[in-house]
Amino acid sequence: MDRKLAVYVCKGCDIGASLDIEALKDVASEAGVDAFHEHECLCGAAGRDLIRQDVLDGVNAPVVAACSPRFMIDAFTFDGCRTERVNLREHVVWSHEPNDEDTQMLAADYLRMGIARAQKATLPEPFEEEVNEDILVVGGGVSGMSAALGAAGAGHHVVLVEKAESLGGWMSRFKRHIPHEPPYRDPQPSTVGEQIDRVRADDRIQVFTGTTIEKITGQPGQFDVTLHTNGGSDTTSSMRVGAIVQATGWKPYDATRLGHLGYGTCPNVITNVQMEEQLASGPPTRPSDGKPARRIAFIQCAGSRDKDHLPYCSAVCCRVSIKQALTARELDPECEVYVLYKDIRTPGQHEDFYRRAQEDAAIFFTKAEVETVGEAGDHNPVVRAKNTLVGEDIQLEADLVVLATGMVPASADGEALRRLADAKSVVAKGEAGVQLETAKETVASLAHLEGGEILNLGYRQGPDLPVLKYDFPDSHFICFPYESRRTGIYAAGCVRAPEDAQLAREDGAGAALKAIQTVRLAKKGEAVHPRWGDVSYPDFNLQRCTQCKRCTEECPFGTLNEDVKGTPQLNPIRCRRCGICMGACPERIISFKDYSVDIVSSMIKAVDIPDEFEEKPRLLGLLCENDAYPALDTAGLKRIRHSANIRFIPVRCLGSINTVWIADALSRGYDGILLVGCRSGADYQCHFIRGSELMETRSSNIQEKLKQLALEEERVRLEQLPINEFDRLPEIINEFAAQIDEIGMNPFKGF
Amino acid sequence: MSDPAGRGRVLVIGGGITGITAAIEASEAGCEVVLVEKEAYLGGRVARTNQYFPKMCPPLCGLEINLRRFKTNPLIRTLTLAEVEAIDGAPGDYHVTIKQHPRGVTEKCTMCGACVDACPVERPDAYNLGMTRTKAIYLPFEMAYPARLAIDPDVCLGAECGQCVPACPFDAIDLAQKDETVEEDVDAVIVATGWEPYDATSIEGLGFGTHPDIVTNVMMERLASRTGPTQGRIVRPSSGEPVQSVAFVQCAGSRDENYLKHCSGVCCMGSLKQTRYVREQYPDADIHVFYIDLRTPGRLEDFLQAQQEDEKIHLIKGKVARIDVDGDELVVQAEDVLSGARVSQAADLVVLATGIVPSDTTGIRVDGGLRTDEHGFLTRTQPSRGVLAAGCAARPTDVATCVRDATGAVMNALQFCTPELVKE
Repeated sequence: MDRKLAVYVCKGCDIGASLDIEALKDVASEAGVDAFHEHECLCGAAGRDLIRQDVLDGVNAPVVAACSPRFMIDAFTFDGCRTERVNLREHVVWSHEPNDEDTQMLAADYLRMGIARAQKATLPEPFEEEVNEDILVVGGGVSGMSAALGAAGAGHHVVLVEKAESLGGWMSRFKRHIPHEPPYRDPQPSTVGEQIDRVRADDRIQVFTGTTIEKITGQPGQFDVTLHTNGGSDTTSSMRVGAIVQATGWKPYDATRLGHLGYGTCPNVITNVQMEEQLASGPPTRPSDGKPARRIAFIQCAGSRDKDHLPYCSAVCCRVSIKQALTARELDPECEVYVLYKDIRTPGQHEDFYRRAQEDAAIFFTKAEVETVGEAGDHNPVVRAKNTLVGEDIQLEADLVVLATGMVPASADGEALRRLADAKSVVAKGEAGVQLETAKETVASLAHLEGGEILNLGYRQGPDLPVLKYDFPDSHFICFPYESRRTGIYAAGCVRAPEDAQLAREDGAGAALKAIQTVRLAKKGEAVHPRWGDVSYPDFNLQRCTQCKRCTEECPFGTLNEDVKGTPQLNPIRCRRCGICMGACPERIISFKDYSVDIVSSMIKAVDIPDEFEEKPRLLGLLCENDAYPALDTAGLKRIRHSANIRFIPVRCLGSINTVWIADALSRGYDGILLVGCRSGADYQCHFIRGSELMETRSSNIQEKLKQLALEEERVRLEQLPINEFDRLPEIINEFAAQIDEIGMNPFKGF
Repeated sequence: MSDPAGRGRVLVIGGGITGITAAIEASEAGCEVVLVEKEAYLGGRVARTNQYFPKMCPPLCGLEINLRRFKTNPLIRTLTLAEVEAIDGAPGDYHVTIKQHPRGVTEKCTMCGACVDACPVERPDAYNLGMTRTKAIYLPFEMAYPARLAIDPDVCLGAECGQCVPACPFDAIDLAQKDETVEEDVDAVIVATGWEPYDATSIEGLGFGTHPDIVTNVMMERLASRTGPTQGRIVRPSSGEPVQSVAFVQCAGSRDENYLKHCSGVCCMGSLKQTRYVREQYPDADIHVFYIDLRTPGRLEDFLQAQQEDEKIHLIKGKVARIDVDGDELVVQAEDVLSGARVSQAADLVVLATGIVPSDTTGIRVDGGLRTDEHGFLTRTQPSRGVLAAGCAARPTDVATCVRDATGAVMNALQFCTPELVKE
């Protein structure tokens, strides 16, 4: 189809009063676009009608030079065509001297860049794939059952896989639970039995107990799952599902490591899980002699909030001990209970639960640093603690000590498993050298992970979800707690974070919703978070692929697999459309319909570079479109000025920047290049996980190249800027412009 | 199946992070959504928060992603300056009556700001908790969605003044707008009405309102923010001078039978986060945090540990009895319960960590009523099953939990959105 461009310049919001619009008409004409319209208020009904009519008459690439593309999106969206937006308001007239030569040049360049992009970008069309809408739920505890019931209730078929012989998980072993309905004062009876009955009764849920996952291949909408069921008959079942919820729960912390607290040496020291089992069958007793336990000491944070054990807090143990104390008191009114804590953590309405226990005169709470638990006569445990609220060190002789041990996620570290597998294959090859030695060390340090796979994904980047600190496969993002680095696979419940049963149930429901969304969006070829609704996807020109594997390695979402030769195999439904593969590819063979190496190169080349005698340096700025670009908009809204020497291009992610753009810019005569992205490091803010970090690596390679070309390293600068620091961005720009002024013009200018 | 109309219709009450998330999650699962927010903009409390714990990242970053979805999602109908008056009917078939208040500014507005210069009236800026002033016609904040100005009807002089009308180049001001009633039919309702900060003036002895250097934790967020009254510089409000010592009073009115009985769950982390704000700006300032228990669940423990290792931060277990004002100086009186010693700590700035009070929902009339607990939070099960509470309307909690909660609530709402599946 022939491309028919037309330029529409808005004169509202100071644009008309600050720029020579006639001159822009000439710019458009020089760029090959003669259809040029100016309008007092393009976003108004008359302005929109003007464009709409043109579109009906054959314009299929309108270029709208008006406000930031972040505003008036609906107003400038027209059926069947892609609108190119040129930001003359925030990035030009609101942030520069009006009716000034440099401001005019800036506007002209932005218009040229917009036209260049409109000449090459096309409206993406969604890929169409067969999509299965069934949901696989891994784990049959409260969280997994909640996910299964939720998805089934919304009309999806569910496959629920549980490793144990029965459904219910840990919570089904506990007779009473923390109260989640008012008045939050007394332990409530378990509802897990009812939940199991509902799952069993729902004919949309197919339950496999005693079953593990042998293999999952494919992509969302097309996951091929092989299950292995133990028991009387070893059987294998296969099915296709669309998305996955991993609700594999938790394990109690290994109390045998808590010898200093008497576990394993004193028979009357037990864990909170053992206490649950005791209380399920009657009043608490002493394991050593079966006599009633009349003096019970709970040691909170046993192996938790402890750098030698679990450094984190398991969040529920305070409430669990309160529940156990109240239950013990009810079952045996003659017993007295001591709770030794670091901090009592009963958030929200559960303060009422704590208050209820404090009202019981036979339950004593004291802050204490428990040092050891020894043994006196008759196997009585003796707790030694210091820094208590009574102001002195204490020794407490009890009948029974309960260690409030924490929760460990029942997860598998997908990335570590992948490193182990890679190292093993190096060792198997046995080629001598440093690589072999390193591989042997890796195998030795990770051998304990062997056989711990849960999902057994056929992903190049590892067989399970990547994990965060302490092995929780949780989201890194506060605003997006269901963000997953494996599209269509969502963790829920205690595997992702220690939490109580109510939260775990809600979490299961939430993860099920995300799973449903994935398949529903996949049917339309649309991306999930954070580029929700995007139908563009990377196209690989594989004839020119050199099997360097950079794309498969650098994709933050494990999208690409490799064939035996190392050629990438695209799984478009796994893809999140960030373009990091495009930035990684040295052969420049990866493109989106509306975002490609060629499109951005054309924009870079569209800028008019004054010759060196004009003393007008030109700088290129590549801005992360989610944070830095809006920050510059806000600076414009606040009328904060920045140097008119710089031209900005928004990028999907800093990681999508192909270094050829920088080479192009330098050879074209740009004097400096500023890259602005999100924070990297442990608290990274990049929504594509590794974009900023990858750009850091690439930019150090660029610095090397600059040195080889005898260019100053300072000509390329990488900055990290959170969206709220809008006032700092103009400062950065101005400072960079001043620095380039000082360094002088790019010697390649004019060649 | 791919027909969105077939996926159901959900009402979301509240446009804070919980409501925004619920609306997005429901729409991205194919539901139509009506979102009703009483303020002029979306974002609620998070839009006024400087940074999130523990990552110290700006809420505006996630808000930008979320608001972009609002801008482009045809399945979401957003009503700001609107309140739900009544919800009649049953799960799968609710009829909703909404009161739409006038904004005074129409969709023709481009945010150019010409009207602001013309407006002769000022008002305290609610976005900055009254610490700054705006004109009667104002942009709620820099990233406001809808991206247009609004007129505060309480202070606007109306058509008699009318100076903004000719000042607007786009004919976007309509001073004749009146309250309107909007009606909607939905399958399920998510109540995400959020919270209000506890009124610190009612806490005896802590002196809020008697001295400008006694502030609340939510005010501290604005003081630390670049769009706040001091462009992000933390200073003594009384003098604009830098601070050398800051005291944080935890459980200010919380976990207290006389005020708020519950624990708000987030104030410990909130204050620990704010100690970082202070430390970044004042490497030499001393910080004292008075607490009953430090509540940093899960992996947030790492954050506590990092602050514990900071020698400028002193964590003292003890409830603050009162704050004395001695001339220019504030003195925090407390007991260190571990040593039994009385502590008198002078400070330039005192931050009261006040708690979360659930927003009042009594104005929403629901068939069967809305059930709340003793603290005013909505209970998990409501008399009308298709009405689902989420976020801080149901319990005081942090942002990540609110977002999870919102997502789970949408899954539960979907149970009522497939008519043939509704079981009664």
